Amino acid sequence: MDSDDEFNSSQGSEDEFMNDQDSDVSIGDADDGEFLVLRPKKSVNKFRWLDSDIDIDEGDGGFESQDKDIKSSKHSYEVDFTVYSPEQIQEHQNSQIGEVGNILGQPPEATAILLRHARWNKERLIESYMDRTEEVLESAGLGESASDPPKIEKIKGFACDICCEDEPGLESFAMKCGHRFCVDCYKHYLQTKIKDEGEAARIRCPGDGCNRIVDSKSLDFLVSDNLKDRYQELLTRTYVDDKDNLRWCPAPNCEFAVECGVKDKELAKIVPTVHCDCGHFFCFGCSLTDHQPAPCSLVKKWLKKCEDDSETANWISANTKECPKCHSTIEKNGGCNHMTCRKCRHEFCWMCMGIWSEHGTSWYNCNRFEEKSGSEARDAQAKSRQSLERYLHYYNRYANHEQSAKLDKDIYLKTEKKMSQLQISTGMSWIEVQFLESASQALQQCRQTLKWTYAFAYYLARNNQTEIFEDNQKDLEMAVENLSEMFEKPIDQLESLKVEMMDKTAYCNKRRIILLNDTAENLKSSNWEFNVVLS
Amino acid sequence: MSAGSKKRILKEYGECMNDTPSGMKINFDEQNMTEWEVLMDGPEQSVYAGGHFKLKITFPIEYPFKPPVVSFKTKIYHPNVSNDEKGSMCLGMLRPEAWKPPNKVVSVLHLIQTLLIEPNSDDSIEPSIATEYKDNRKEFEKTAKDWVKRYAK
Ligand SMILES: [Zn+2]
Ligand SMILES: [Zn+2]
Ligand SMILES: [Zn+2]
Ligand SMILES: [Zn+2]
Ligand SMILES: [Zn+2]
Ligand SMILES: [Zn+2]
Repeated sequence: MDSDDEFNSSQGSEDEFMNDQDSDVSIGDADDGEFLVLRPKKSVNKFRWLDSDIDIDEGDGGFESQDKDIKSSKHSYEVDFTVYSPEQIQEHQNSQIGEVGNILGQPPEATAILLRHARWNKERLIESYMDRTEEVLESAGLGESASDPPKIEKIKGFACDICCEDEPGLESFAMKCGHRFCVDCYKHYLQTKIKDEGEAARIRCPGDGCNRIVDSKSLDFLVSDNLKDRYQELLTRTYVDDKDNLRWCPAPNCEFAVECGVKDKELAKIVPTVHCDCGHFFCFGCSLTDHQPAPCSLVKKWLKKCEDDSETANWISANTKECPKCHSTIEKNGGCNHMTCRKCRHEFCWMCMGIWSEHGTSWYNCNRFEEKSGSEARDAQAKSRQSLERYLHYYNRYANHEQSAKLDKDIYLKTEKKMSQLQISTGMSWIEVQFLESASQALQQCRQTLKWTYAFAYYLARNNQTEIFEDNQKDLEMAVENLSEMFEKPIDQLESLKVEMMDKTAYCNKRRIILLNDTAENLKSSNWEFNVVLS
Repeated sequence: MSAGSKKRILKEYGECMNDTPSGMKINFDEQNMTEWEVLMDGPEQSVYAGGHFKLKITFPIEYPFKPPVVSFKTKIYHPNVSNDEKGSMCLGMLRPEAWKPPNKVVSVLHLIQTLLIEPNSDDSIEPSIATEYKDNRKEFEKTAKDWVKRYAK
């Protein structure tokens, strides 16, 4: 099928590109000998229309894929999903209409109305149609079977009940129900419904008290072309809106929909991040931007808390800080947390304001909030101060990664220009400078993950799993800071840093996968204890 | 407003003259035919008996493809009339998704009258009045009559 070919060919080219990179440089980690296998982003997808409760779907075709066994490379934190373009959604609607139409013995126009009326639950529609045909037709607005093509007629003595026009030769239109109006009024009525009221699937006959649904043949016949597009768009919208396993990509102006089988009730155990073809990563559960490893309900709580505490928290996430040694004001201008004071050359960590040299060693503990001793906690005032401090500890890191991700992005935009110059001066190909984009993407993605690890950690109650989590968080953070530091180097050094940078990029990605796998597996088996209830 | 809409409103005014529900009077201004003033007596068999209510019916530009807008200018204690300065009534055929272009104002007038005799507590705009109407009819009637005395004489 056409759409399938399109999908596979685009996936193929992505594959090629990744392989290119793979063969260019061997990406491995010298320390533990582990290799990161770069996969095309979409290989986790199953190209199959999931509709678990209806068996008939198996034969639908169009979305079946040859890539089924690729699933084995899936990570614990990944979920199966498929991205569909508006055309594919349309196609799938059409194929369902065709199939059900055959079973019911109804033409496509009527079948479409029946399916939309049944909210695309084919099984229930077929069953109820077989049991009580007349009743189903009646309630869907199809009083009797529609077979004649719609046509415009001039009828002697006709007066339009809407505009009161009655001149001879007035063109009029009526559906099977016989409610006849002049063509202009009929058109105007449909236009009002589609354009102003955004109605599509359930536009009724304009006749007083008539519940007959205007079928697509009649609509096609009466509605202007620009409105037809809008009508199709609305029909497609209702299709996706009616299905629990489909969701629109929330990215602005994106027209794709994503299918995923994760149900609402599973959201305390799974964080279903999906990746739209437009590039946007979002949560299928709540439509927010990717927030792994934190479950939806924690994210909701956290965002609410940040909003409520924003005044207290704002000052701490401000863009400027003082050098802990000489107290001169320092502004952060890159994503890296390794700060060097321009005045006294003191090197420190932007996040915890601790000495940087300590961060490079094994006891990097910028990420964990050290619980204060019990004696202090006994004091009620100290207790509330500590709870604020605890919150600020996590919020500070959360906000810092959010901000750094933005800065990293700015740097890439600036670098992009220089990279094209570098291409000219060094003769490097476009493919050869892509390592910078890969690094930039890794930084963004890892910071996005790190950001949410702090919200996750804030709600996490201490048990024997937490230490592994904190180690993973620390490792990822270190990897990110290393890469980020390299990323900020002047352009003329970048060519010679290429191999090292690709290495560090791969390492970041690997650390992220390890962290996400660990959190996802423990979430699934309820090994985490939270100090709030997951809803 | 299109010529078609004007023609239709004029025709409807003519029809209303022939079939005005009892106790209603329409003030029609040819200069401003999209706003009708309706003077209405509270129906004899209702709690609003003895009251005189002023209503405004406004025709939108898209009339008759969009429903007319009904608002009570006289305060009334009723589950289907909003208890604010708008005094709006929006149920049944008056809802945009229920309105059909062939529907006529005269039907709207009949609807209003029917609702004064028998309020629709299932599709209310004032839920607390609706609850009182259902569960404590005596109290409802007392307040409604009190409002008639206070605002509709
Ligand atoms: Zn007409
Ligand atoms: Zn009809
Ligand atoms: Zn998208
Ligand atoms: Zn979510
Ligand atoms: Zn300094
Ligand atoms: Zn630190």
